Amino acid sequence: MSAGSLAAPVATAAPAPQRRRRRIRWALVLPVGFALAVLALWEAAVRLLGLPPYILPAPSVFLQVLVARHDAILRMAGQTAQATLLGFAIGVGIGVVLGALIGSSRVLYRMVYPALIGFHTIPSVALIPLFVIWFGVGPHIAVLTAVVVCFFPVTVIVATAIATSSPELDDVLRSLGATRADVLFKVSLPRALPQFFGSIKLAITGAFVGTIVAETIAANSGIGYVMAVATNTMDGALAFAALSVLAVMGVVLYLVALLLEKRLTGWAYRGR
Amino acid sequence: MPAARPFVEFDRVALTYGEGEAATQALDETTLGIAEGEFVAVVGPSGCGKSSLLKLVSGLVRATSGNVVVAAQEVTAPIKIVGMAFQNPNLLPWRTTLRNVLLPAEIVQPHRARFRRDKAPYTERARHLLQTVGLGGFEGKLPWQLSGGMQQRASLCRALMHEPSLLLLDEPFGALDAFTREELWAVLQALWMQRRFTVILVTHDLREALFLADTIYVMSARPGRILLRKRFELPRPRTLASTYEPVFVEALAELRSHIAEARIPVPAPA
Repeated sequence: MSAGSLAAPVATAAPAPQRRRRRIRWALVLPVGFALAVLALWEAAVRLLGLPPYILPAPSVFLQVLVARHDAILRMAGQTAQATLLGFAIGVGIGVVLGALIGSSRVLYRMVYPALIGFHTIPSVALIPLFVIWFGVGPHIAVLTAVVVCFFPVTVIVATAIATSSPELDDVLRSLGATRADVLFKVSLPRALPQFFGSIKLAITGAFVGTIVAETIAANSGIGYVMAVATNTMDGALAFAALSVLAVMGVVLYLVALLLEKRLTGWAYRGR
Repeated sequence: MPAARPFVEFDRVALTYGEGEAATQALDETTLGIAEGEFVAVVGPSGCGKSSLLKLVSGLVRATSGNVVVAAQEVTAPIKIVGMAFQNPNLLPWRTTLRNVLLPAEIVQPHRARFRRDKAPYTERARHLLQTVGLGGFEGKLPWQLSGGMQQRASLCRALMHEPSLLLLDEPFGALDAFTREELWAVLQALWMQRRFTVILVTHDLREALFLADTIYVMSARPGRILLRKRFELPRPRTLASTYEPVFVEALAELRSHIAEARIPVPAPA
C-alpha cells in the first residue's frame, strides 16, 4: 500500500523525509485504527444481541477484568513468554546445528532427511501426553513442546538451503584452498539466512502455540493454564482477557523476528 | 628464461570426465610449459576443454593421467598461489565490495593468520586495488548495486588480493559489452605490467588474446589438444589504437585461419 495515494490531496510532491514520516504514520494509523474499529463493532454487536459474557464478553468487560487482575495475568504471561523463548532458543539452536550437519553431508542428507520429513508430519502437540508420561506435569513440558515444535522446521529448512549449494560460489572458495568449514561459514550459512529467517518466523509462532497447548493440558501456570481454568469455570471475561494478552505477545514476537530478518538479510531484498 | 624450469608444466596430461559409456574426453594428452611472468592466452572453439585446462592448473580437477606441476610442485589439490576469476563475477551477494575483495585474506595462509591479527594493512591493500580498477568510492556497495563490468572489476581485485603469482582467468570478460570489455583489457594490462604475475587467460575472443597475451595457444575441438603455440611480442602498453596497426591485424588474420582449422574435428589416428 503506498502512502502517496492516501496523502494525495494534501501534497503530491512532499520532500522525501516528510513523505517518509507520513508513510510511517500511516503504517501505524491504519492497523491500529482497524483494530479499534473491530473492537467497537464487537462491543456494539454484543450489546445489541445481548450475548451473555460466558459466550462472548464485550471488549469493555474483558478489558476491565484485564486491568483488575493484571497482576496475576501478567505473571502468567511472563511464565508463558519465558517458556516460549527458552524453547524457541533451544529448538532453533538444535535446528541450526542439526540442519547444517545434515545439509553439508551428502550421506547424512540421504539417510536422515526422509525420516525428518516423516517426523515433521506428526503434529508435535500430539506428543504432549507422552512427554507427561516421561517427565511429569509442569512448566518444563511447555518448554519441551516448544523445542520440538521449533526444531523441525528450522532443521529441515536449514538442511535444504545448505544442501542446495551453488557450485560456482563453492569453486571460488575451493580455488583458494578453503576448508569445508570455511565454505560452510562463509558461503553456505550466510546464503541460507533468508530461508533461515523464514523458518524462524514459523518456529516462533509454532513455539508459542506449542507452549500454550502444553500449558492448557499439562501445567499449573502460564496463560494456557489461565485459559483452561477460565473455560472450566465458564469465566468468559477472564478467557478473553488472557487471549488479548496472547495476541499482543504473538505480534511482539513476530515483530522481533521481522526486525532481525531485515537487519541480517537486507542484501536478499535489494533495498526493497 | 634460459634453461629454467617452466613455472607451469603439463607432462602428457589427459582428462576424462565420467566413466565407461558416459565418459567424455575433455583433454587429450597435452604437454606444455609456461614460463614465470608469461602472459598466456588459450583460444579455441567452445567446448574444447579450455576451462578444464585451468581447473587442472588450479587443482580444482585432477588429471586422469600425466602430471601437472606448478612452481616445481606437483598439483594434487587446490593450490594457494593461484588467483582465479570466472566468466561470472561470483561475488558473495551479502558482502560489500570491500569485504568481497578481502575474502582471500580470510582464507589463504599465511594471510589468514595475519589478517586475523591485524586487518588494517589488508583493508588498505583492498582499497588500493579497488582504486586501481576504478572502483574507488564503491567499497561499501553490495554486488547488486554494481553494474556487470564493475562486478567483474571487483572479481579481478579479489583474484589478486592474496598476491598470487599465478592468475587464472576463465573468460572473465565474456559476458560484458564490447566497450566495457575493452576498458577492462587496459585495466588488466596495467595491473600485469605493474606486478608481472604469470597469467593464463582462457578466451574465445582472438582480439582479446592478442591484445593481452604474448603467447597464444590454439586448441582443437573436443577432445581438446593444442594445435599451435605462437608468440606474438607486440610492443606494450597496447592501446585500442594498436589493434588497428598492421602487425596486429596480420597476427589476427593468422590466428583466425588456425581457428578455422581447429573447428574441423581432427580425424583420430588409425
